[in-house]
Amino acid sequence: MPSNLSRRAFSALGLGLAAASLMPGGAQALNVDEARALIDKLIGEINSVINSGQSESAMFKSFEGIFARYADEGYIAASALGPAGKKASAAQKQAFASAFKRYIAVKYGKRFREFIGGKIEVRDARPLKNFFEVVSTAKLQGQSPFEVRWHVFDKSGKVRFFNLIIEGVNMLASERTEIGAMLDKQGGNIDKLIAALKAAG
Amino acid sequence: MFQSLLKSLRRPGVRATFPVLALAALLGACARPEPGAEINDPYERGNRSVHRFNTAVDKFFFGNDEQKGVIPIIPRPVSIGFSNFASNLGQPSAVLNSLLQGKPGPALQNTLRFAVNSTIGIGGLFDPASKIGIPADPADFGETLHVWGVAEGAYLEVPFLGPSTERDLAGTIVDIVIDPVNALVDTNEAAYITVGRLTAKVGNRQRFADTYESILYDSADSYAQARLLYLQNRHFELGIEEETFDPYEDPYAQ
Repeated sequence: MPSNLSRRAFSALGLGLAAASLMPGGAQALNVDEARALIDKLIGEINSVINSGQSESAMFKSFEGIFARYADEGYIAASALGPAGKKASAAQKQAFASAFKRYIAVKYGKRFREFIGGKIEVRDARPLKNFFEVVSTAKLQGQSPFEVRWHVFDKSGKVRFFNLIIEGVNMLASERTEIGAMLDKQGGNIDKLIAALKAAG
Repeated sequence: MFQSLLKSLRRPGVRATFPVLALAALLGACARPEPGAEINDPYERGNRSVHRFNTAVDKFFFGNDEQKGVIPIIPRPVSIGFSNFASNLGQPSAVLNSLLQGKPGPALQNTLRFAVNSTIGIGGLFDPASKIGIPADPADFGETLHVWGVAEGAYLEVPFLGPSTERDLAGTIVDIVIDPVNALVDTNEAAYITVGRLTAKVGNRQRFADTYESILYDSADSYAQARLLYLQNRHFELGIEEETFDPYEDPYAQ
């Protein structure tokens, strides 16, 4: 009898573990509402910056702050570096990540400059594979509305977006192409890449 | 083969027989993707030369951070007017393509748009249709070919036109030939329309200068960026799902 019981207890435990491992992020699973709430808040901040009338350099600073609070910059940097990261030392990876943060904030800050006077609205949120996708519409002056999708996960333990897709154009893929091209230009030298990235930011 | 195709297009009298024959030849010749290659770009060397040419042309006409272009800046409201005008004249073609794709819904919507914008919108200079909730639902012959099951073929960068694919270039050429607007206007009007369409393109390039210039002049490999952007955006328009990275895997191993 006891052995039967323990077997039952064991299989119950097994089922529970299996169920937990099916959910992204494990036991503290992120849900679609939390993913949506993150992007709602993020978009609220973007909307207030693009309509604040502050100077361009002040806007870049604001965007840098927004990126730091809402994006998983570590993951985005690692993904942009891609397979080249396998050969990099821990110190190089860290230096790359910090140069990349500045570069990406300035680059996308410039993109969002075109959003001045416009508005972004969240339309939908849904699970996608092992993460969540939040769909928003950007309505800018003098052009047709277009779609911006945000991919959200909590891999680092914090709820963050890790990809941005504007009318099908994927930020991670675009940055991987860009960083790959920069690395080629520097003859595959990661230290030179980091220096070039600092110059570009 | 494209050069000869384009040359044959300019010869008078080939219009009637052109679409069927040339299309069949073109589609038969579509390059197949190399196994394992993410992007189907077997003509990369030639494409890159065309890209350098297109970039030089762009710099001459529109300039960048370093130099001014030769074309003066069109004031924003005028530019938007031309853009509306050109996109309104694209509606009959979109209607035709929606019908060829067996989609009566978008065909009806674009017909309604054309009627509203051509009348209340003063010949298409304004876009009241969008304001009353009839947005554009674009369709082109490249998309029609996709719906009919034709493969995308190789990536191409076309002189003056920019990024395309074998399927999309065939679509662009067929769209010029089968445009219903051709049948509605005389030679003089056709000339005005061509000027209007070119002006709209110039205005769009100027209004979205930041985006164009960040890709063409600020990226480490503008050819690769333009190619990625074109293909991803085109697949989005065609409703083709892109593969996404698994974000829980090691990013250095992907």
